[in-house]
Amino acid sequence: MGRALDSLAAALGLAGLAVASGLVTVARLAAEGPGPSTVVPLLITLIAGGSALVRLSSREGWPSRVATPLLFGLILLWGWEVVVAGFQVPRILLPAPSAIGEALARAWPTLAADFWQTFVRSVIPGYAIGSGAGFLVAVAIDRSPFLQRGLLPLGSMISAMPIVGIAPIMVMWFGFDWQSKAAVVVVMTFFPMLVNTLAGLAAAGAMERDLMRSYAASYLQTLVRLRLPNALPFIFNALKLNSTLALIGAIVAEFFGTPIVGMGFRISTEVARMNVDVVWATIALAALAGSASYGLISLVERGTTFWHPSFRK
Amino acid sequence: MTIAQASRTATPTAAAETRPPVVDARGLTLVYQTADAPVTALSDINLTIRKGDFVSLIGPSGCGKTTLMRVVADLEKPTGGSVTVNGKTPEQARLDRSYGYVFQAPALYPWRSIERNVTLPLEIMGMAKAERQDRARRYLDLVGLGGFARKFPWQLSGGMQQRASIARAMSFEPDLLLMDEPFGALDEITRDKLNLHLVRLWAQTGMTVVFVTHSIPEAVFLSSRIVVMSPRPGRIMEVIESGLPRDRDLDVRETPEFLDVAHRVRVALRTGHSYD
Amino acid sequence: MTAAAIPGPARRALSRRLAQGRAVPLAVVLAVLLVVWYAAAVWLNAPQAGEQLDRAGTPWTTADLVVRSWAMERPVLPAPHQIGAELYESVLNRPIDSRRSLVYHAQVTLSATLAGFGFGVALGILLAIGIVHLRTLDRSLMPWIIASQTIPILAIAPMVVVVLGNLGFTGLLPKALISGYLSFFPVTIGMVKGLRSPDPLQLDLMRTYSARPMHVFAKLRWPASVGFLFPSLKVAIALALVGAIVAELPTGAQAGLGARLLTGSYYGQTVQIWAALFMASFLAMLAVGAVGLAERALVRFRGGRL
Repeated sequence: MGRALDSLAAALGLAGLAVASGLVTVARLAAEGPGPSTVVPLLITLIAGGSALVRLSSREGWPSRVATPLLFGLILLWGWEVVVAGFQVPRILLPAPSAIGEALARAWPTLAADFWQTFVRSVIPGYAIGSGAGFLVAVAIDRSPFLQRGLLPLGSMISAMPIVGIAPIMVMWFGFDWQSKAAVVVVMTFFPMLVNTLAGLAAAGAMERDLMRSYAASYLQTLVRLRLPNALPFIFNALKLNSTLALIGAIVAEFFGTPIVGMGFRISTEVARMNVDVVWATIALAALAGSASYGLISLVERGTTFWHPSFRK
Repeated sequence: MTIAQASRTATPTAAAETRPPVVDARGLTLVYQTADAPVTALSDINLTIRKGDFVSLIGPSGCGKTTLMRVVADLEKPTGGSVTVNGKTPEQARLDRSYGYVFQAPALYPWRSIERNVTLPLEIMGMAKAERQDRARRYLDLVGLGGFARKFPWQLSGGMQQRASIARAMSFEPDLLLMDEPFGALDEITRDKLNLHLVRLWAQTGMTVVFVTHSIPEAVFLSSRIVVMSPRPGRIMEVIESGLPRDRDLDVRETPEFLDVAHRVRVALRTGHSYD
Repeated sequence: MTAAAIPGPARRALSRRLAQGRAVPLAVVLAVLLVVWYAAAVWLNAPQAGEQLDRAGTPWTTADLVVRSWAMERPVLPAPHQIGAELYESVLNRPIDSRRSLVYHAQVTLSATLAGFGFGVALGILLAIGIVHLRTLDRSLMPWIIASQTIPILAIAPMVVVVLGNLGFTGLLPKALISGYLSFFPVTIGMVKGLRSPDPLQLDLMRTYSARPMHVFAKLRWPASVGFLFPSLKVAIALALVGAIVAELPTGAQAGLGARLLTGSYYGQTVQIWAALFMASFLAMLAVGAVGLAERALVRFRGGRL
């Protein structure tokens, strides 16, 4: 136990050293530009960080599992900052993380309004309706293998198609505002949910279904007590996939026309004006929203499907 | 430990006729239509199982013993002949929840605790919560899993899971227990323990049990009657009455009576095979 | 009750196969879809159609309204035969290299798709090999790769296109980059799963042969991973197509199906939009089908199972 703490302490110590010298590098670059004074902390960061990564990745246990990608991400960000500052990369090509952070703070009111329009008013209703409809239709056609065999190939086919292409059509039908974007999201999230729910409902084993039959359980009882809990892993698979699709769908749909607010709108207009750091700030916000929703769904998944073999070690 | 001579009761043939039949099969036939040619799984089965019997169906793989039990359980429909369970059709018996089924694998639901797995049939039958929990506790104690009610299936060993599935089958107190090679996947030591457990349960409760196995010692140890079946088309070769006493333990396997019954079973099996 | 004799076994087998197959249900569903579409076209186009008939002056019947709503110039919902006619027109009746031919636009998009797909597959496979063999890479990079997919990458498509345009890279490269970025993820995930799929027993066997990692990779991991690669390739090529289309949306791109969707949307050319959408779907089916064919050929070569 002492040994384990030792090596964890050593790894974390190296990581701390890397962070400290990283900050020094950035500060010196900002103050004096690239030169001899920045080389030493740069090398220290690289060596300490690299060896910390190697040490951390060879350990078991959740602290190391979390710390490794975190440290890697920090090093990437640091590297980005250093390269941009060191090579004087023009802002319009690639802004430094610090510039993006500053743009985020500066343009916050606008970005918050955009977030509200896109995420809250388009993504969430579209996601809820699309996933909900997909689930309900799957349960409805569960009793008809005929309909399933007809709709499933269609569903898989449509899932492969570039659904974002229907955005202009939705604009034509529902207008410029959030309704058309939500409609795009509905169509995008409907089919993955349908396909996955049907697969999940079919996944209950023959033995378990025979068991229910021996209890003279009704269709509804079998559905609620066996087939739906069994289908949960598949349903969550679709929910996670849909959270990604929903955000992409809403933003890309806004490229086709939107009132003067929305994340997609912000991106396309600021790109045209070459305010690239605002664009990156918007993307950072979208990334945060996307990761947070995915993480939330994963947490709920872990809570409700704790029994699935993929979660048990 | 030792067999008390006084308690030795050979199954009296006169008394046997007065016990009510639980399963009555006459001329039972099942033919599957496959892509190439029809396959006869069961051919003209005549069998009567009476209340309190422990009947083993034994035979080589493919002889139809599982199929026969599935027909009794209304999990398959016969194509010829008739079978009644407690005087009703198998379907009616199933709807009346007259039997409990134990599969080859425990088939416990991983999202339910052991206790909730045992109460599953009781929930479906609409029993009140307090009584469900009471029964679950009682039957888990009976199979020796008293302290494991809150655990989840994957936290238990294979033998314990199978015991839980037996408790589940017994929880709604059916007259008939149908068991399809329930101990087949377990090691011999666990198997011995569970066999002993089962035979004691049977002696205690007096339920009627139909048990499918392909192990001769297991069939002879557990049963009061052994039905030897032959490979496709599934026929009954012979029905052997076992004279072993109801209260028995593992030592009985070394008595001459046991070996005699086992020998008769083996001979019947060999005869069945030679028809091939 | 004896088993009845079965008349005409061959006939029964065929009808059973049809009833249990997928062709009949799919055909029925598509037929119903077509009927609903025509009805919806009447419902959505009727107001406009009514107006037009009114302006013409002569009295009209419901039948006239129905027929008119299926033949409008800028319908809210084009009828299927209108889309079919537009497709026929722009695919077969135009020279292939003309800006007005849908085939030209399809080919532009397809070339970007294939370039991006190639790039994505190469990157994905390389990354997967690295992740499976280097633990550091696995622990530090893999979580970020998964996280990257929660980021709406398509959102930066305009920026990438414009920035690269300013640097002088126009045309195929920015589109291929975006397509590639979208398609590398499923390939990576699938390949990692596939390279890790061999049974521990099979790996132990390799260890008894004292095989070097290179051998284990070439003779065990790589062949075992092919079965996981192909489903990922299908997803990847569909994503590459989406990426190519979205990359055409920002200003600057005058060719390609995405650009066609955009111009159709700006000028209110509904039928053009639908035709482009159908063409894009057709391309998607073609691309995924091609991967499927390759898979089937490989399966046959491998003796029936991957």
